[in-house]
Amino acid sequence: MDLDELRRLRHDLREALARPWRARWTALGAVGLTEERWRGWPVTYRRAVNAGALGLLALVVLAPFSGFDLGALYTWIVFATLYVPPWERIPLVGRYIPALGMLLVVVLYPFYNDKLYTVPILGAFPDVHTGVVMLIFVMMGVGLNVVVGYAGLLDLGYVAFYALGAYSAAWFASVQFAGQNANGSPKRFWHFGSIDVDKALGGIHISPWILLIVAGIFTSLIGMLIGLPTLRLRGDYLAIVTLGFGEILPQVARNGDNLFGQNLTNGPQGIGPLDPLGFGHTLHRAIGLPANYQTAANGDDLFFWTAIVLVLITVFCSLRLRGSKLGRAWIAIREDETAASAMGIPLMRTKTLAYAIGAFIGGVAGAYFALFTSSANPDSFSLNFSVFVLVMVILGGMGNVWGVLFGAAFLAYLDQAGLANTGAWLNQHLGLTIDVPKYEFGIYGVILLIVMLFRPHGLIPEARRKMEFELGVHDEPLYDAVVGADHAAGAE
Amino acid sequence: MVETTAPRMDALGDLRKRVQRVGPLVGGSLVLLLIVWLAINLAKDPATFTKAFLIGVTNGSVYALVALGYTLVYGILELINFAHGDVFMLGGMMSATMMVSVFSIGTGESAGTLWPALLASLAVAMVFCGVLNASIERVAYRRLRNAPRLAPLITAIAMSFILQNVGIAWKGPNYVSLPVGILPHGTIFTIGKNAYHWDDLIVVLLTVPVLLALNWLVQYTKQGKAMRATAQDREAAAMMGIDVNRTISFTFLIAGGLAGAAGLIYATYFTSIRFDQGFQLGLFAFTAAVLGGIGNLPGAVLGALFIGLVQSFNNTLGWHAPGSDWTQSIVFSILILILVFRPEGILGERTPEGG
Repeated sequence: MDLDELRRLRHDLREALARPWRARWTALGAVGLTEERWRGWPVTYRRAVNAGALGLLALVVLAPFSGFDLGALYTWIVFATLYVPPWERIPLVGRYIPALGMLLVVVLYPFYNDKLYTVPILGAFPDVHTGVVMLIFVMMGVGLNVVVGYAGLLDLGYVAFYALGAYSAAWFASVQFAGQNANGSPKRFWHFGSIDVDKALGGIHISPWILLIVAGIFTSLIGMLIGLPTLRLRGDYLAIVTLGFGEILPQVARNGDNLFGQNLTNGPQGIGPLDPLGFGHTLHRAIGLPANYQTAANGDDLFFWTAIVLVLITVFCSLRLRGSKLGRAWIAIREDETAASAMGIPLMRTKTLAYAIGAFIGGVAGAYFALFTSSANPDSFSLNFSVFVLVMVILGGMGNVWGVLFGAAFLAYLDQAGLANTGAWLNQHLGLTIDVPKYEFGIYGVILLIVMLFRPHGLIPEARRKMEFELGVHDEPLYDAVVGADHAAGAE
Repeated sequence: MVETTAPRMDALGDLRKRVQRVGPLVGGSLVLLLIVWLAINLAKDPATFTKAFLIGVTNGSVYALVALGYTLVYGILELINFAHGDVFMLGGMMSATMMVSVFSIGTGESAGTLWPALLASLAVAMVFCGVLNASIERVAYRRLRNAPRLAPLITAIAMSFILQNVGIAWKGPNYVSLPVGILPHGTIFTIGKNAYHWDDLIVVLLTVPVLLALNWLVQYTKQGKAMRATAQDREAAAMMGIDVNRTISFTFLIAGGLAGAAGLIYATYFTSIRFDQGFQLGLFAFTAAVLGGIGNLPGAVLGALFIGLVQSFNNTLGWHAPGSDWTQSIVFSILILILVFRPEGILGERTPEGG
């Protein structure tokens, strides 16, 4: 099919969909509701009507699939309470109430998730364990968004930082470096703030809370080390170099059980178990904080809430960075390196910082994942993983944190459960026998392709990024010219 | 590339300059170490060394065909076509289908049955991959030609994943195997204990004429001239009456054809191919293209031979070779070192075809 034809088709389709929407006033006018009268209503009335219409629509769509369901009703009630009342009129705190309400809904998720209804096609809501994995992916997405979305550097080896984070947590919270004396007893002990770990156990056992930070710092140092020589390369070369690192590091992890005679990574089995996350018994007795996540009855819930805190910190930092001087420098570089440099932005330092911050978040996410699964395993770190996180950023909308949040949560859900459910639904209703999860990455490829071709700024784009895609940018890299000049000078 | 006055450098930029100055020193000592290591290996065990060398040349020939495709496309569009390795993989699968299902070639067929089938499969695989590659360009890359740089690159990755899944859907997630010993396996010559067989030679023999033909096409035909002009300056070429879209399509067609030929050789020589091998081999071939100077045709072949030799020396040699567990790391380290210290590659021309 010709592409122009395709474009025309798309346009026609859009028109066909938009026409009834535009014609709505004609229809409503027939029953006495004109646009002027609608605009005259108080905002609360209008919102109530909107919420009601949405509920009716949901009922029409949902009923054939799962029937009327109390869970769906409660969802609608929660939505309506957050949306309809004029919260913004309350001074000072008012405008934060809907957002805080949403947060509360997410925080309370472990208490009601088993009572929820089944979404048509996609299947049931994820359980809390899946929820933790989703939140970790969201964190990674927000981290990669700093590199790809803000600074416009394509990183195809993000998994390397994730792996480094996981391993740095595993090294310092397990028996990995215990060593052995002649009589078989462990040679090295170092305990610092670890919880429920036998003091006779060898190896390094540092408090996992400290390790989250240590993992981030370690990873961002490595990120800077990788970045310094490579960030001057033009975008596509940078992509290849990061891809190379993303392939090298997992191989080092796989072969690392015998690095010059040292067992660094325990090879293909990986390192595990890790020390449990928790606040310890003193704090537990004093103010009732959970002592040990692994042994707690509601361990998954505790990991879920901690992950929410981490995601909140990441999102907050990410939003603040976006508006800071550094964030504006990133965007300037993304749009026009030459002009940015001429305005006095130090290119290398700014790019390296983007890389380091992205690496930091990736490292913390990796460490948290390792603590959650209590292992660091080289098999989970492949190129597919890097591309998966990239799809999250691009689907949601490069540069827009809210878009990335949405894209990451949706794709992580697809990865964990949604694809299998959708496949089962398709097979059941269309009489097919396709193993849909087998084609997971083909499906991501198609998503990526469609987004790049038809909506390159993502589903929820950042206004500025959208403009760049529409008007074009001058992103010829600067250092190419400098390398050329160096060599010209050398030849003279 | 237009020379610009050097912009204000910050401290890191100065560091970079210093790194670049020591670059040749580091590179030189690395090469020296490599030579010493090879010489010791040669002295200790000449038979293994020769064997490794011959395997390396054969591997390198396959890499060369794929690397040429990367270099051609990069030369004309400045796009790393990540999907190229997967086009190669589908070419291999097409060849497997042709040889096994269509011509039912088994082990040790007579020359009369083998050669027509092989040539017919070659033609089919080349046309298949060429058309596939050109249609990828038409569907996925053409509309993004003026988009920000990231867009076509991400699209190329998307295409790569899609093609891999086409491979899964077509042949399943396991190895597709061909009968072992499809190609004639008679001995040509023997060095020490090592025999060089006809099938090794066929691989090299197929690569050399393809390279010569490609060189002729690019240097001496009108179409080649159009390709060179488009690579240098797309707008100026269009003003001179060159149909830029057609030229780019033609380049993708040629690159795909080369990948198809490589696919046939790979499938018949190694007698098994899997959906994800294309991407891996593609990355090695891309390393080869960068090593030789991306956009430079003889450079790509030279780089491919080098990568083939590195791989086989590393896997086969006995004295202090890291072994096949580390091949990937070594090849990608070479890639990174080259990109950091000498992005223009060994043969050192930035634009293709001498531009």
